[in-house]
Amino acid sequence: MQELIVILIDGLVFSSYLFMVSVGLTVIFGVMKILNVAHGSFYAFGAYMSATLIGAYYNTDLPEFGGFLAIFLAALIIGVFFGIVLERGLLRFLYHRDEHIIVLATFAMFLVLEDVLMMIWGTDPYYAYEPMALLGAVDIVELTFDVYSLTLIGLAVIVGLGLWLGLTRTKWGKLLLAVIFDREISQAMGINVTVVFTVTFVVGAIMGALGGAYIAPTISVSPGIGVEVIVLSFAVVVIGGMGSIPGAMIGALLVGISRAAAVHKFPEIELFVIYAIMALVLAIRPEGLFAPAQARKI
Amino acid sequence: MKILRKSGRATLLATGLAAALGATAGLANAAETVVMAVPTFLTGAGAPAFGVPARNGAEIIIEAINKGKLPAPYNNSGKGLAGRQIQALIYDESGGGVKQVAEFRNKVQKQGVDLFVGYISSGTCAAITPVAEELKMLTIFPICGTPRIFEEIDKNPKYVFRTMGHATADGVAEAMYVKANMPDVKGYTGINQNYAWGQDSWRDFDLAMKQLMPNVPVSEKTQWPKIFSGQYGAEISALMLSKEPLVHSSLWGGDLEAFIFQGSARGLFRKKKLLFSVADTSVYRLGKKAPAGAILGARGPYGIFAANVDTPLNKWFRKVYSDRYSTPPVGGSYQAAQGVLAAKYAYDKAASMNGGKFPSKDQVIAALEGATFQGIAAKVHMNRSNGHQAATKHMIGVLAWDKEAGGPIMTKVQEFGPDCVMPPPGVNGTEWLKGGMKGAKC
Repeated sequence: MQELIVILIDGLVFSSYLFMVSVGLTVIFGVMKILNVAHGSFYAFGAYMSATLIGAYYNTDLPEFGGFLAIFLAALIIGVFFGIVLERGLLRFLYHRDEHIIVLATFAMFLVLEDVLMMIWGTDPYYAYEPMALLGAVDIVELTFDVYSLTLIGLAVIVGLGLWLGLTRTKWGKLLLAVIFDREISQAMGINVTVVFTVTFVVGAIMGALGGAYIAPTISVSPGIGVEVIVLSFAVVVIGGMGSIPGAMIGALLVGISRAAAVHKFPEIELFVIYAIMALVLAIRPEGLFAPAQARKI
Repeated sequence: MKILRKSGRATLLATGLAAALGATAGLANAAETVVMAVPTFLTGAGAPAFGVPARNGAEIIIEAINKGKLPAPYNNSGKGLAGRQIQALIYDESGGGVKQVAEFRNKVQKQGVDLFVGYISSGTCAAITPVAEELKMLTIFPICGTPRIFEEIDKNPKYVFRTMGHATADGVAEAMYVKANMPDVKGYTGINQNYAWGQDSWRDFDLAMKQLMPNVPVSEKTQWPKIFSGQYGAEISALMLSKEPLVHSSLWGGDLEAFIFQGSARGLFRKKKLLFSVADTSVYRLGKKAPAGAILGARGPYGIFAANVDTPLNKWFRKVYSDRYSTPPVGGSYQAAQGVLAAKYAYDKAASMNGGKFPSKDQVIAALEGATFQGIAAKVHMNRSNGHQAATKHMIGVLAWDKEAGGPIMTKVQEFGPDCVMPPPGVNGTEWLKGGMKGAKC
């Protein structure tokens, strides 16, 4: 019983991590039909900015819990800046091009941003463990868990719910859904698709940066952290269905809990589990679990 | 000294132009210089722990060689390699085996490289070995650890050398340390990255433990996280739930540091005894965050284990490195410097055997085969794999925090001779371990 509860907790924490790093990718794809490889850079920049701001904050005498604001501030700064710069400076010139060209363009941006990152922060790792140390640990079923990682579950729920409510319960969300459904008709009906695209891309970038910013206190922030995230994000988004927020949530849960079970019961197949689930879903339902079947325009 | 650095893709164009111009200049200078390619990780996850410290260590030695400023025992050896200045071509090892093989061919065939001293990843070394032999290019691997290089890929090398012990030595030294210092240990488990280095490290430690402590049970649920995964919550839970008190780990770099942060927050290091085979790469950076009480290795007598080696060469190296980079040298710095010193030793010895004239490649190779030369921290014996594989002494100890000095130190250090931890010449490491490590001189 203890092991079962531990698997569930570990699975939920990892699922939350997966959801946080993949939700921005799926939001951008859902609206703009762009497979944004530069998403990994948003994550990495978010982590570096978070580590920098946290480090700066804890060098002051300000209240300790204020350091958490640095995490969200880092995500906002990186998401807004790179969201606007990339969408306005690059992607808008490519919307009429083939999707493959756009993927290649975002891949190129990912490579460039990896180097920009090293030009700014160098190759030395950055540490920002203070928020994790501040929250301490808690014993659940006689096993110690760090509270900071558990808060990731709450953050993922808040982000998921916020995005879902925003999409289904607000005027802005309905405009977004209209653009998702049919970009051309929406434009004909007077919706400013250009603004919708920019805002969506910025929101997706903030989500990506928030994933990195929130994870930063638990890792060594060092070159290459964005690469792994891109691979994981794609796996989760493909399983859940490209562009589906509930899909990303279910995909993350499926992968996270399966992986935790593998770690505890059959650790030698941990690496295999994520891709086995992806292959299985693609074999049964190629469009992913939650992506709606699409009629082809002729 | 001319050093060309290629630090990333964004600088590709500029570097390409510089390389084109440099290649011409290189050919013009070919008669007066030795062009030494130094591939190391300058980007990606391998850079902070190994690549950049290795580059820094190599640069310091190359500069000193060119100026003729190396301390004893190299203080009377003149400037350069056999009198010729080293033209170092430092470039990025990132991108995988296929890219590195193409880069190797390019450097040999278009840029007139005379020798390579580098490569950190075992995967890259494995890919490069047959190509170096095919192109007849003198290649010194100073760091990569897989035993497979000379045990499987090329059992009869002519142009490829490795100037440090391989992973078998690490596993044997660790198991011997456990036997000597934890004779009553009730069992062991492990967490190692699921790729060549992690698998080899665990295999050798496990085989050595089975020989040295056959009654100690091993866990059936050793952990195999993906390399660079960075998230170890489930693995830490599984380790804490396991009944084995000893945990072996060959995690390195960012993975190791993330594991330490996440494990510390959950009290893992209070509950289990950790044995880290390459954690020296992080102890200076982590400072007090490094888990005091853990058993540590540095793949030999390098890094923090050399902190108190009282020789002119070591004291000079540590001072220059610390002054320049504001941190003491780690294992990778020592190992890369040792590789460059192997070239210095071989060229100078070959020249002296050649009546003082600059030696041919074959003469340099003959000089290095079977040689014993002084590394920064210890003597290097090139006496395995027909004189192409080195054996050095090995050291394992327990990490502690020195309050007075305000830094990490090693305590309870145990030293193992090269013939104690490396398989005898001509013997496959795995077979040697399975056969009870016959011939080990401890």
